[in-house]
Amino acid sequence: MALLSYREAVSAAIAQEMRRDELVVFLGEDIAAAGGVFKTTEGLLDEFGPMRVRDTPISEQAIVGATMGAAMTGLRPIAEIMFSDFFAVCWDLVVNQIAKTRFMTDGQCSFPLVIRCANGGGARFGAQHSQSVENWAMAVPGLKVVAPSCAADVKGLLAAAIRDPDPVLFFEQKSLYGTKDDVPDGEHVVPLGNARVLREGSDVTIVALAAMVPRAMKAAQTLQDEHSIAAEVIDVRSLVPLDTTTIFTSVSKTARLVTVEENPRLCGWGAEVSSLVAEELFWDLEGPIVRVTTPHVPLPSADALEDAVLPSADRIVASVLQLAD
Amino acid sequence: MDDTTGQLAAAVENAGTPDAETRLELYRLMQSCRVMEQRAYDLFMQNLIKGTSHLALGQEAVAAGFGAAMRDDDYSFCTYRGHNHTLVRGVSMTAILGELMGRECGLLSGKGGSMHLMDIDKGAMGSYAIIGAHMPVAAGAAWSAQYRKSGQVAVCFFGDGTTNIGAFHESLNFAKIWELPVVYVCENNLYMEYTPIAQVTAVANPAADRASAYGLEPVVIDGNDADLVYAVASAALEQARSGGGPSLIEVQTYRHGGHSRADPGKYRPDEEVAAWMERDPITIYRARLLADGVDESSIAEIEAEQAARVDKAEQMARNSGPPPLEIADTDLWADGSSAWRC
Repeated sequence: MALLSYREAVSAAIAQEMRRDELVVFLGEDIAAAGGVFKTTEGLLDEFGPMRVRDTPISEQAIVGATMGAAMTGLRPIAEIMFSDFFAVCWDLVVNQIAKTRFMTDGQCSFPLVIRCANGGGARFGAQHSQSVENWAMAVPGLKVVAPSCAADVKGLLAAAIRDPDPVLFFEQKSLYGTKDDVPDGEHVVPLGNARVLREGSDVTIVALAAMVPRAMKAAQTLQDEHSIAAEVIDVRSLVPLDTTTIFTSVSKTARLVTVEENPRLCGWGAEVSSLVAEELFWDLEGPIVRVTTPHVPLPSADALEDAVLPSADRIVASVLQLAD
Repeated sequence: MDDTTGQLAAAVENAGTPDAETRLELYRLMQSCRVMEQRAYDLFMQNLIKGTSHLALGQEAVAAGFGAAMRDDDYSFCTYRGHNHTLVRGVSMTAILGELMGRECGLLSGKGGSMHLMDIDKGAMGSYAIIGAHMPVAAGAAWSAQYRKSGQVAVCFFGDGTTNIGAFHESLNFAKIWELPVVYVCENNLYMEYTPIAQVTAVANPAADRASAYGLEPVVIDGNDADLVYAVASAALEQARSGGGPSLIEVQTYRHGGHSRADPGKYRPDEEVAAWMERDPITIYRARLLADGVDESSIAEIEAEQAARVDKAEQMARNSGPPPLEIADTDLWADGSSAWRC
């Protein structure tokens, strides 16, 4: 085991895969010489050279389009979109071209590519650099959607995404970049589509993603210490494919479900999870499903305001207590 | 019309006439496009082709000139007006007509339709129906060829309307800074859908007048002259293949019909249409071949062969049934499935 930051795990994963496969290439704005605006890609240019690690202009359509063209002609490209909010300027390439082409062409080609981005709030950047947009991607047939909550999963899931034969949108939560945890030594790959039970409990299932995972864990501890409620916490890790088996097993046991989502309320990923549980596990439930989300607003900038809208451990605790009443 | 300057222009100037075999191939390719799209039009009128289609009747010299000049393993990217660009790569006419008709024998088994033809085994890398989207994709294929040192070139066809969308500008800059082996071909047919391109564009030549902004040579040629298109295609492909980087070529041409199935093209002055019908690329080329001493029987042979080919293709497509309904949820993912949960 080595103690790595979430940020360092990004470059560790890319380096691991670039050493293994010469067809893996990487492009994006400021990713090579500058090492990334969040310093997630330091050292890659030095090790792999400018033909494999290439700086681009501020041209998101060119970046994503070139990624698609490279993937359909034999490479395994990784692209960086600096902030996930910027997907809005290249969304055509993502949803109309990359996501649809394999289906439309009766499976003539596949798109082994990864688009990484810094997603979500907590950094006080204001509304256009902070939104949590993983639910945009989840709504598009043809995209796999991954969002890790810890350094070990950044490395393992990013490696798996790079090896995956389908397009993967990889959402790194920017407020987690400085967090550190143990990452297994040697080659580390975590298969996509496996939710992880982080804490076992019998009273309520709390399903969370990315930056909401540590908050859910903190809430679970408070619920245990102060209210004797045993919460089971599940890190979803991958929205597509979605591990409904792990979630359903847990909800069948606890009979109560709370989702914790950073995305704005309407059509957040938790709505889909809730709908599946309501449809398929309704008779196992002993209370309403509760969704804890960011309200349906853009993220404000000031620290006090941003903290007020993002789901906090306290809000999760309050929601669970309401359900338990 | 030919106001090119620079290396590509010089190469075209010095190209001379293609050899006899190539010229017959150019005629064959144009003729195959013409009969196929005329038949597609007829099948629409019989309601055997549903949805929409965008014919390139009158623009065949562009697809033919590039098709004849490209190497088999080169990549081509085209738009929703892409039946011809697909056919000239050696793609089955039956499969194209079958796809337009929504039949099982279709190129994409009916999952794509007229606007999304692709045959990756032939290097026909797809037809893209969102304006400009394929320009960066072609750059990516060229990047891949450059990285793999394969010597392949990507050719990307688009219309004049594309020159006013962001992806055009991002792609040209991107292709130039990386010196990618890609040839961008703007088919200027004078109309952005229903609106004259001149009305909505700040410069006279929508592609060529933007070239210098991206360090590219401005090239404008007569796109209804198959020999000229072949010459410029050969020069641009050679430049890209030898490491000389991207090019942007504006070919002036005209569509005989409207923008799409729904459009009779009535916004175009009659005399303009009549003048361009006089400049039909196939009529011109046929006359030129005869004037240059080509035996009329070899021309007639090509015409008969392509007429028989389209008859056979139509018949095979008519005989093919609808696609099996199971394929409506296959091949979203590389494993063949469309599963999203586990």
